[in-house]
Amino acid sequence: MEWLIQILNSVQYGLLLFLVASGLTLIFGIMGVINLAHGSFYMIGAYLAFTLSSLTGSLWLALPLGIVLAAALGLLLEWALISRLYRRDHLYQVLLTFGLILIFEELRSVLVGDDVHSVAIPAVLGASLPLTETLSYPVYRLFISAVCLALAGLMYVTIQKTRFGMMIRAAASNPEMATSLGLDIRWIHALVFAAGVALAAFAGMIAAPVSSVFPGMGNQVLIVCFVIVVIGGIGSLKGALIASLLIGFADTFGKVLVPEFASIAVYLLMAVVLLFRPRGLFGRA
Amino acid sequence: MTEPVLATTTLGRRFGGLVAVDDVSLSLAPRTVHAVIGPNGAGKSTLVNLLSGDLRPSTGTIHLGALDITHWPSHRIAQHGVARSFQHTNVFAAFSAFENCRLAAQSRHKSFGRWVKPAERYGDWNAAADAALKIVGLASRGGIPAAALSHGERRSLEIAMALATQPSVLLLDEPLAGMGPEESAHIVALLKRLAADHAILLVEHDMDAVFALADRLTVMVNGRILASGAPDAIRANADVQRAYLGTEAVSTL
Amino acid sequence: MKRSLLPWLVVATVLLLLFPMAAEKFYLQLVTKIMILAIFALSLDLLVGYTGLVSLGHAAYFGIAAYTYALASQAADPANVWLTLPLALAASAAAALLVGALVLRTSGVYFIMVTLAFAQMAYYFFHDTRIAGGSDGIYINTRPDAHLPGLDLADDLHFYYFVLALLAIVFALLAVVLRSPFGRALQGIKANEHRMRALGYATLHYKLAAFVLAGTIAGLAGYLAAAKEGFVNPEMMAWHQSGAVLMMLILGGMGTLFGAVLGAFSYVLLQEWFSTLTKHWQLLMGGFIVAAVLLLPHGLIGLHRLRIKSRAPRPEGDGD
Repeated sequence: MEWLIQILNSVQYGLLLFLVASGLTLIFGIMGVINLAHGSFYMIGAYLAFTLSSLTGSLWLALPLGIVLAAALGLLLEWALISRLYRRDHLYQVLLTFGLILIFEELRSVLVGDDVHSVAIPAVLGASLPLTETLSYPVYRLFISAVCLALAGLMYVTIQKTRFGMMIRAAASNPEMATSLGLDIRWIHALVFAAGVALAAFAGMIAAPVSSVFPGMGNQVLIVCFVIVVIGGIGSLKGALIASLLIGFADTFGKVLVPEFASIAVYLLMAVVLLFRPRGLFGRA
Repeated sequence: MTEPVLATTTLGRRFGGLVAVDDVSLSLAPRTVHAVIGPNGAGKSTLVNLLSGDLRPSTGTIHLGALDITHWPSHRIAQHGVARSFQHTNVFAAFSAFENCRLAAQSRHKSFGRWVKPAERYGDWNAAADAALKIVGLASRGGIPAAALSHGERRSLEIAMALATQPSVLLLDEPLAGMGPEESAHIVALLKRLAADHAILLVEHDMDAVFALADRLTVMVNGRILASGAPDAIRANADVQRAYLGTEAVSTL
Repeated sequence: MKRSLLPWLVVATVLLLLFPMAAEKFYLQLVTKIMILAIFALSLDLLVGYTGLVSLGHAAYFGIAAYTYALASQAADPANVWLTLPLALAASAAAALLVGALVLRTSGVYFIMVTLAFAQMAYYFFHDTRIAGGSDGIYINTRPDAHLPGLDLADDLHFYYFVLALLAIVFALLAVVLRSPFGRALQGIKANEHRMRALGYATLHYKLAAFVLAGTIAGLAGYLAAAKEGFVNPEMMAWHQSGAVLMMLILGGMGTLFGAVLGAFSYVLLQEWFSTLTKHWQLLMGGFIVAAVLLLPHGLIGLHRLRIKSRAPRPEGDGD
């Protein structure tokens, strides 16, 4: 039964990472931009959850408000800064988005301070499912997994079945052709970026009640998401999903089995994948 | 019949479902110009990329003399005296024409462990670079960045770089493309001279140049060899006329 | 080295030699720190500016040497430079060789992410295990001893000149290497790796050698940093450190050795200045970095180049 809990935790952590990593991989796949600030959006989401739920008194109100704010932030950033990076060397993308991290971290420090905060689990989901006499599993974690799965499904349907999804795929595989088909690439880029920001922020928001809210939480997630993108293959959502779950398991079970080396387990997994598949599991050759 | 320098047997390369090169068996004799012609998309450039090691074959073998080089990486093939030029000019744009050739000449020597003496003090390498520039007619342009050369000059530089590596086999992918008539004539004359001691595989669309140079012709269509033989035989070949040369082309031959 | 920069190099050297005469202790230590970071920036310039490998994990080799030195000098007596320095450099070189062999299987944006990830692995290794004090780090009781007559590294002034000498040596070493056939091959790889392979260069070997050399020199900087501070902690390997040193290169202008040194000075002085203005200096630094990327594509040294360009117009590169 204890194993079941670890498995459920692995899946929940993996799916949460997928929400962040999917935006990262899409933004790279479609715009060719490596976005170091992507982890900051996760952090911003968590702090939005904290601030908005204290203001409104409910996480349920904070969530939609936060998503709207995050998407607006995404649109603004894309328009003001990110769009200027599309044709530039990765080095400059790294630096500009590194600068953004410093700005976001410091703004967070100015506005909310450097303390660790917690966000209350909504009362409806506050219960725990009893597994045995002594062990139980919090309903809220199941809720996270379910929401992430639903979003992953929604993403799949959007990209595979809708007109917008077709435009995204066209823009990713051949920007010139997409433009000549009359698609407005700029809008696609802006929307994809905003969606990526909103997803990362949403992940931060729903994770806030279980992970607490602390400085530096964005960077931690960012680097794990890099590992996911590398393992899954850049631009591949399927790869990102599988890699996210792999990382979820490696990290969760690492913490149980070899606590001192748990953080390293994730990177060793990456090293092994690199040895055999330098372009990731689902990367294009 | 002399032993071939470079030979392929049933060489093939697929890209997903597309077969770009299919069942190509071809041998390049020493001291000859072997031209490969065919319509666009016939697989000529893919063939060159397979021979140079830029692409890995899906099937078949490639031999360089007695060596099986089928799975060798490109740099190793180049080290064994197979130099190539690219269809789309591929030079070091920011470096001077001389430095382009100097790097090419340097490649023939062990430079991995040479960390101290400045590169320009290796007189032999400089001499090889100068000679290569001179032979293609760029002697006076050595100091100019490759990016500032005219298109035709860059095509010549491409050949000079190949020569500076002192190869025994030259794989030339449309060397005359985009050259003016004068430059073109100069390169044709140069290739004629080079054929005295090199084996040259020439992919080219300029039929005048092809028939002026080639000792042997191979016609490719849809990745396959349609015909291979002496230029006169190819000219007379009915299949070739139908498939590729067309009436207009034949009348000019 | 471009001839037009030579006078500046002479001026800079003389200024650094004379600086301690005029400086208070605080500024002496500050410039010592900057020179150590300049060595670090030079090592990264070899990768980013000359070989075209954008590493976002260079701080790992800085930190590994620092930790090696710290672990090797836990006795009360000063450690011997001639024992601990080679040991520290060897540790960084070995780590760079191991990581390089893996990360060089990738390129482009993968390379950036993977170098970062491996650096993070080193970070967590020292952060989560008790090998060297975990997240708190460990102290080193004394500065190392070089056993040279008249040289006392425990003295800040002596240490300053020791670091300056090493900076000069690293600068000269890289200048020589970059002019050599090996260095030219690296620059060819940066310009057009595919063409280099077609010419017969085993480019992977060259890149790996550059990666190890850069890691080793970063190790030298890390050793000096640990010796100077008498303290190591995992933050030395944090990716902020890797990002900061990349920023130094951009600021100074990568692909020139002088630019790397200039970048280290500008970055740290800027940081010092910002931190006198507000305790939230990172906000200013972040804004500055964003502005620099948008407005200053060739670094500070590009300003110098702009001036030369206006005198003798150079042809546009078409980036073939």
